[in-house]
Amino acid sequence: MVQVTTTPLRSGASAVRFATRGSGPRIESEVELRSVLASLSGVDAVGADARAAKLATRSIKRSSKMAALDLAISMVDLTTLEGADTPGRVASLCAKAARPDPSDHGVPSVAAVCVYPDLVATAKRALGDAPVAVAAVATAFPSGRASLAVKLADVAEACLAGADEIDMVIDRGAFLAGRLGQVFDEIVAVKAACGPAYLKVILETGELVTYDNVRRASWLAMLAGADFIKTSTGKVPVAATPPVALVMLEAARDFAESTGTAVGVKLAGGIRSAKDAIRYLVLVNETAGSAWLSPERFRFGASSLLNDLLMQRLKQQRGAYVRPDEFSGD
Amino acid sequence: MTDQQLDQSRLGGFTYDPAPESASVARIADAYGLFIDGAFTDPGDHEQFVTLNPASARPLATVAHGSTADVDRAVAAARRAFPSWSTTTGSQRAKYLYRIARLIQERARELAVVETLDNGKPIRETRDVDVPLAAAYFFYYAGWADKLDHAGFGPSPRPLGVAGQIIPWNFPLLMAAWKLAPALAAGNTCVLKPAETTPLSALVLADILAQAELPAGVVNIVTGDGATGAALVAHPGVDKIAFTGSTEVGRLIQQRLGERGTHLTLELGGKGANIVFEDAPVDEMIEGIIDGIFFNQGHVCCAGSRLLVQESIADEVVRRLLRRVEQLRVGDPLDKNTDVGAINSAAQLARIEELTVAGEAEGATRHTSSCALPTEGYWFAPTVFTDVAQSHRIAREEIFGPVLSVLSFRTPDEAVAKANNTKYGLACGVWSEKGSRTLWVAQRLRAGVIWANTYNRFDPTSPFGGVRESGFGREGGRHGLEAYLDV
Repeated sequence: MVQVTTTPLRSGASAVRFATRGSGPRIESEVELRSVLASLSGVDAVGADARAAKLATRSIKRSSKMAALDLAISMVDLTTLEGADTPGRVASLCAKAARPDPSDHGVPSVAAVCVYPDLVATAKRALGDAPVAVAAVATAFPSGRASLAVKLADVAEACLAGADEIDMVIDRGAFLAGRLGQVFDEIVAVKAACGPAYLKVILETGELVTYDNVRRASWLAMLAGADFIKTSTGKVPVAATPPVALVMLEAARDFAESTGTAVGVKLAGGIRSAKDAIRYLVLVNETAGSAWLSPERFRFGASSLLNDLLMQRLKQQRGAYVRPDEFSGD
Repeated sequence: MTDQQLDQSRLGGFTYDPAPESASVARIADAYGLFIDGAFTDPGDHEQFVTLNPASARPLATVAHGSTADVDRAVAAARRAFPSWSTTTGSQRAKYLYRIARLIQERARELAVVETLDNGKPIRETRDVDVPLAAAYFFYYAGWADKLDHAGFGPSPRPLGVAGQIIPWNFPLLMAAWKLAPALAAGNTCVLKPAETTPLSALVLADILAQAELPAGVVNIVTGDGATGAALVAHPGVDKIAFTGSTEVGRLIQQRLGERGTHLTLELGGKGANIVFEDAPVDEMIEGIIDGIFFNQGHVCCAGSRLLVQESIADEVVRRLLRRVEQLRVGDPLDKNTDVGAINSAAQLARIEELTVAGEAEGATRHTSSCALPTEGYWFAPTVFTDVAQSHRIAREEIFGPVLSVLSFRTPDEAVAKANNTKYGLACGVWSEKGSRTLWVAQRLRAGVIWANTYNRFDPTSPFGGVRESGFGREGGRHGLEAYLDV
């Protein structure tokens, strides 16, 4: 049931600014949620594509390239999300996460390893004291097609096993059908179940399709309490793209400006080369600003990306490429 | 909001090391002659003048000053070439145009560096806009050369004869392509006069024409100053003048040609209005405003130099705009990460400075980017004026520099009235997510080009040109052929 209250608006405060972040829920009703999302500016798709393409022409050389490679390494959520994952494979991944290049202590460790909930305990044990978080995908990843109770149990189990971060998926079906309140409530419930764990909300932008949807879903997730908004599961054909990253970074920037709360952005799926990673860092720098250039505010969900970052790093140092086999496969 | 209030800490924390393109790619000679009758003349045969790199104010090369006698020889060569060029088959003319287009693509890097050195515009623009578009115009008009019967001007439309073409310094190579490609496709022969401060890319193009084995005399390129241009306009052997440049010079040309039957098209100044409604797609709109006024340092006749913003969002738009202006990377035009390059000449810099001083004196509020400017050469930091009134000079006169004047409106009617309150009529932009409103506004704007949710976008298939004091005639598209056909 919708309740309409008649408290006067503070003068000069837009609907968005009104939704300041406090301890309790900031959005009181689906009507309020809808009005906030409807007040968002549209995205001109041609313009967004053009802006992303233009930023991709930035040329990052020498010391700025070296700094960007190290920064990108520190932002990687080293991920394995296969049915065939084994404890041995996860342990090996953790070793690599903590010390990406055993021959060079100057290489930073990655931000996190990202696994299914049943492997969280294995990852925690393998990482020990290493400054690497364990992230678990939960809420019936990747489709999200389960009841809320099942999703919450999934989250609780991962947290109990020691997960520092939870990567949840939104109910895309509900979002596309316009049941925005349901999507919002689910995120709020998952956030509560996370306890102290960081919550990353996967929008699955490849299924939302339009940039307008990406912007609205980003705001919905941030209003519901997401610590990060994340593009993709990596399990559908279209994952992170530069214009989608642009739209999400704009949303994070604008949300921080109107509410004072900075939400991170995680790109996942299909990012394999150091070149692409650096292009995304340029996008971050020139869209959300340098405050987002840290692992607390920006992540790459990837697996093979790390080896290319390491290879390019060595190339910068030695002036020549080394063989790919110099680096471990996981 | 003052510039100091901009949140500096959030900008540019990730510094980019210099990433310069190599200047040696340009292979610039010490001295150049004129390109007449299929060959370069000896530089020693002409009085020479210096062309500068505006980013350093240092000389790049010396270039021949075309005299009245040189213009006479060039027109005579074009006249001799006309009977055979105009009667050769359209498919044969197309063959040459395709060849020129491909050679521009092959020598794209060289052309981009030459253009950046001589003009001062960033390599990102010459590489991604000027040179690819120049090739695209040749490709496009190559396609028309054997299809003139179907261009809507009746069966077998005839060329005019010898075309005298005078081009500006803001897009030297691209303007040469805009002029030459349709003229040649239609069967005319040409005498092209590049701008005094930017002759070099046209001379590289001359080399390309020779490489393409274009028959001698079909295109002649005569460098020089205003006197050279005046000699071309005054020449009785010229059947058509196409001029792009200032309204003052355009008016003089029109007076002079009024006494003869010479065909004329003019593409002159502008004071384009970029109209922003409250439902505009905000991030793309900010980029569009930036592109509209800071593309090519604002040296663009169709620049969106007046921002008309709906009052309900004016503060928000100005805040976002000023933040974005602070992010613009101003400096070495050869650096691949430069967004805004050098002002083309000392004279142009003086004009920009004079008008911005006038803007402050008349009471507008000035916001200038805090970017550091190089100490050598001609530079002007990106600038936005708020509190601008319709009566201010900065709202009425073409500044032709990186200076934006912001005005506001309340209703669509007021937006249209303000946009049309100018002697010019070249280009406007409309930003709204509501198509019906965009069309309503566009129908009422007096301008030759109207962009919807974009700005400064050019395409060979689209006609371009102005109304009122922005000139007449169209370049580009099927319409662009009309300027070079006897119809």
